[in-house]
Amino acid sequence: MDYLYSFIFGGLLCAIGQILISKTKLTPARILTGYVVAGVILYAIGLYEPFSKLAQSGATVPLTGFGATLAKGVAEAIGEKGAIGIITGGLSASAAGITAAIIFGLLAALIFKPRRKK
Amino acid sequence: MQKEEYSKLSEKKTKNSDCIKDVTKAFAVGGLICVIGQALFNLYTQIFIIDEQTARILESVSLVFLSALFTGVGLYDSIAKIGGAGTLVPITGFANAVVSPAMEFKAEGLVLGMAPKMFIIAGPVIVFGTAASVVYGVIYYIVTMCMT
Repeated sequence: MDYLYSFIFGGLLCAIGQILISKTKLTPARILTGYVVAGVILYAIGLYEPFSKLAQSGATVPLTGFGATLAKGVAEAIGEKGAIGIITGGLSASAAGITAAIIFGLLAALIFKPRRKK
Repeated sequence: MQKEEYSKLSEKKTKNSDCIKDVTKAFAVGGLICVIGQALFNLYTQIFIIDEQTARILESVSLVFLSALFTGVGLYDSIAKIGGAGTLVPITGFANAVVSPAMEFKAEGLVLGMAPKMFIIAGPVIVFGTAASVVYGVIYYIVTMCMT
């Protein structure tokens, strides 16, 4: 069931993105930024946590999950360390994804040759 | 029906059907990427007996790695031509947005060419994501202070 829900809910979040591209001409940067901020808001109002339990990777893999990770990190850090958690929680919780993108990006750029764009 | 009206209508129809096709493809490709993520998560939790929170982190890192690899060998662009937003919205799309410009602008130098371009899309995502989380943090802190 986890696979089915991951497919359906992850697919739906992507379908919404495709509709935004087709109908509004939003650029990819704006869509991704919107998804992350939407994830923060959905977590803040208490919707993303139960959604993640149901949708599994369908909720964690799309960029809204990245936003939810930021928000969850902040809430947990405030619980543990108090007000300082407001500024340490978000990036601490999402450090793995960001660092992985930077390191693997750097390695890929150094190893692979760029192809000519057609 | 006038000829012009007809061509307008048929144009609209094909546009709509193109849109439905694109949305369906985005749904399928994006859904599949999430299924791959879930398979990795199950592998980490069930075979390697890693706790769920760490397994979710490893799942993201693995997908970012796969995306960087596929982008490097030029496969991600081919999948993106079919998948559209299905390859953009998952975390693999975020990784692709870091790797792809990094490769393209390597020739203009590592410090002033490659590195800044890695954040051309990741930059706004991190800036506004972090800003939103801080706003939430301030509200959350005030609310929890008032309740205790």
